[in-house]
Amino acid sequence: MTADTWTAIRLTAELAGLSTLLLLLVGTPLAWWLARTRSAWKPLFASLVAMPLVLPPTVLGFYLLMLMGPHGPVGQLTQSLGLGRLPFTFAGLVVGSVLYSMPFVVQPLQQAFEAIPERLLEAASTLRASPWDRFVSVALPLARPGFVTASVLGFAHTVGEFGVVLMIGGNIPGQTRVLSVAIYDHVEAAEFDQAHRLAAGMVAFALIVLVTLYITNRPPRDDAEIAR
Amino acid sequence: MKMKTQGLLALIVAACAALSPNAHADEVSVAVAANFAGPLAKIAEGFTAASGHTLKVSAGSTGKFYSQIVSGAPFEVLIAADDETPRKLIAEGFGVAGSNHTYAIGKLVLWSAQPGYVDDQGAVLATGTFAHLAIANPKLAPYGQAANAVLKARGLTDAVAPRLVTAESIAQAYQFVASGNAELGFVALSQVAVPGKPVTGSYWLVPPSLYGEIRQDAVLLKTGEKNPAATALLAYLKSPAARSVIQAYGYGP
Repeated sequence: MTADTWTAIRLTAELAGLSTLLLLLVGTPLAWWLARTRSAWKPLFASLVAMPLVLPPTVLGFYLLMLMGPHGPVGQLTQSLGLGRLPFTFAGLVVGSVLYSMPFVVQPLQQAFEAIPERLLEAASTLRASPWDRFVSVALPLARPGFVTASVLGFAHTVGEFGVVLMIGGNIPGQTRVLSVAIYDHVEAAEFDQAHRLAAGMVAFALIVLVTLYITNRPPRDDAEIAR
Repeated sequence: MKMKTQGLLALIVAACAALSPNAHADEVSVAVAANFAGPLAKIAEGFTAASGHTLKVSAGSTGKFYSQIVSGAPFEVLIAADDETPRKLIAEGFGVAGSNHTYAIGKLVLWSAQPGYVDDQGAVLATGTFAHLAIANPKLAPYGQAANAVLKARGLTDAVAPRLVTAESIAQAYQFVASGNAELGFVALSQVAVPGKPVTGSYWLVPPSLYGEIRQDAVLLKTGEKNPAATALLAYLKSPAARSVIQAYGYGP
């Protein structure tokens, strides 16, 4: 493996790791709200979260390029804050990945929170647990499988991201040339040996990750105990 | 009854022949280097009017088309941005020997969407405070190779490297600059100097001595050998009508 390949692997891991971390921070309160709210706005927000599932990545890539560019509102904001512009930077890819992988983190969390029986939280409440205490001591431990699924899917989906990166990344080694783009580059240049090596690695990675996920998240036998 | 059907059939055939300008109108599938997509669209108008044949065009980088054709893509004509790829395709048995010819000499420009940003010597490359310089992928696009050669000739390869944005074709390089996301970019003159449209921004016409010559060849592919529309298109590229369009877009003879 060449130095370029290692750079692409490290970069991809950093992008996926950071995006997943940010997604858990943003996604947990959002998923909690979606799971518990009776607001009329719920369908709208749930739809916005799910949008990347149905939109082509080119739509997201196009709008990000326009919004984050020198004439876009986000671009003008980042420039006036002295941060420069986001397209063709690692930070820009993080922004794109967080948006693009959002449903893969929020939806498993929301399902996990929804599965927690209301009675358990009420019981904790009668024991004088504060709302924060109820969330940390009751909801979070019960939602553990949801967090595992959300983290794994968020990470893996960011590793598998391609279209958005191709449109806003600019293919810069060490900054935006992630594995999926490196593979595309090799294929387009008919460098099939290098493409094979990376692509086979990705297939193995995806399989290992998913098998691990399904083993860890096998439902415990005494599931019924909790509900009773 | 039988006579009646035959008469009707003859009438339909006659009507079809009368309606189409050419009794043998065919469609040709063309892969065109992105820098030549604009001129080709213009040329196609004249070609279709003269011959009745129509074009099905895919635009992209020459290198990408090479690997697609080698993998069995159904293109019948390749209008490349270099002369090496058509030669290679012929040598490897994908192109028709003797069908390759130079239809244009490409011109490289350093372009910015900002008026007055690029000077007529290209000094901005060394002195400019730009954050991003877009080029087409040198592995795939001859114009990208030419851009690299210019940077090397100017001794700027290392200085510019961290600011280099690599587009997958010259069309994406143009888009990066046009949208303002890259302040500067090496693109084709044909993209910037579109006939009948004012030039936006500022550009430096790079002297060919800095990058050699971009000889752009077209080649008939084996898949199109028996398609009269494919051979007609290659012949039409040499016609005075096509030549005048090619020159209007700033290509060399």
